[in-house]
Parts: sequence; structure tokens; C-alpha cells
Amino acid sequence: MNHMVQFQSPRLDAAFAALSHATRRGILERLGRTDASITELAGRFDMTLTGMKKHIAILEEAGFVVTRKAGRVRTCALGPRGLEHEAAWIEQYRQLWQARFDALDTLVADLQQTPSTPSRPTRK
Amino acid sequence: MPNLTTTERTSERELVITRSFAAPVQTVFDAWTKPELFQRWWTPPSFGITFASCELDARTGGRYHFVFTHPDFPEPMAFFGRYLEVVAPSRIVWTNEESAEGSISTLTLEERDGRTHLTLHELYPSAAALDEAMASGSVNGASAQFELLDEVLPTLVGG
Repeated sequence: MNHMVQFQSPRLDAAFAALSHATRRGILERLGRTDASITELAGRFDMTLTGMKKHIAILEEAGFVVTRKAGRVRTCALGPRGLEHEAAWIEQYRQLWQARFDALDTLVADLQQTPSTPSRPTRK
Repeated sequence: MPNLTTTERTSERELVITRSFAAPVQTVFDAWTKPELFQRWWTPPSFGITFASCELDARTGGRYHFVFTHPDFPEPMAFFGRYLEVVAPSRIVWTNEESAEGSISTLTLEERDGRTHLTLHELYPSAAALDEAMASGSVNGASAQFELLDEVLPTLVGG
């Protein structure tokens, strides 16, 4: 019942589209360990070069991946958004709990100001 | 004010959230276990979520089932699970069964120096499960909603 961070996303943007695909999440995981060329990634995920290029283009557009070309080899690395991915998620999660706990603060203050309703838990 | 919420990934499959409250431990426990109280704080207005229904039987072996609506989501969403352990007024352990690889949540409440210190520990079945939860929840990086929240939060701090 804690996993409501998804509610924070009113718009299904490029980042959502990019992360909605298992292969692309796998690519990010892989690039989190080390940079790789498109050819290496295609081999690793058992995919055509064209197919892999499409995935990389989507990830690049969303800011998760950056690519650079050296000679005939295009190398992929995690982009700024990919690197900050975990930190950003944890911060969002903290904000959700912060908002909840602020509301809880208000509630427990209210409860203490109304001694007319002692409302002890019933015996089980 | 020690009213800060902290959130930390303490291992590859664990998250820990902490906060303290200026209230007796029994009051905070009641807010987690009585449906009429729980509904008053679980869905902060700034998140646009509203309870469509809230059933909870906060006893060891009892179940909970919440349905939420959000104006941007056409379908209501259900969150449900089971209370594995409920020890008043200090400990609640529950499952999160809306996803196959859901976490086990352990809430600990401790009264100290006139305050109630809350620790929520979430244990995922695997590192991949927590990564997945993060991947599916990270859709909104620095969205407008996020900025809006920053504006709204100070106004929520009242109590």
C-alpha cells in the first residue's frame, strides 16, 4: 500500500514511454555497469542493429542515455537522467511520505485537542 | 524541528523511512489502525488521490483493501494485502500484494522524550524487485507536479 509514487505522474511523458519497455530497462541496467557500443548491446540482447538503434534513440530522447561516435563505433553511456534515476525516485518517495506525515501530524494534534473522544482500541 | 522525513535505501533490497511526531505512541498507532482516522492522512491532497473505499482490519491475520481514484487515471487503483503482525501500540507488519514482487513493510513506533519516533522498513524479495519498483515509479523526474508539491508542502505543515 506504499507504492503510490506512480500517482505523482499526471503526464505519461517520454521518460515513462522509455522505461515502459523491459529491454530498455535492461539496457539501462547494463549501461549502469559499463558503457557499451550499439553492436555490443544488440548482441547482448539478441537483437538486430536496427532494433537496438531504435531503443537507444528513445532512451536518448528521454535523457537516460547519451551516445558518442568515434570512427565507426557509436558508444552508449548513461545520461544525466539515468544516473540520477535512483536518487530522484528516493526523493520523490520521501516527498510522498513527507506529505502524508504532515497530514498525520495535523491529525494527531487534532486528536489530542479533543479529549472528549478517547477512542481506545477495542479488545480483540 | 525534528519533523523531517528521511528516506534511505539501506541495502539493495531495503528502504527505511523515518519521522517523529509530537504525540503519544497510542495516538499515532490509532491513526494507522482505525480506518476513519487512516483515511484522514494517507492520501495527501497535494497528490490528487482520493479514497474510493478503505477497508482495513488491523489485527494479526487481518486484511486491508484500498481503492483510490486520481483525476488523471481513468481507472481506480486497488492496493491490498495482509497484516502479518499487529502489536499495539508499537508494531505493524504487512504485505503489499498488488504486485507479485511486493515488499513486506514493518512499522515501528517508539515513544521517547515525549515524542513518537516512527520507522518504516520495507523489505523487497530481491534487488531486482526494488529496482523494478523504482523504474515504474520514476516516470516523472522533475515534473510540474513535483514543483507544485514544493509549493503546497509548506502550507500543509500546520498541526
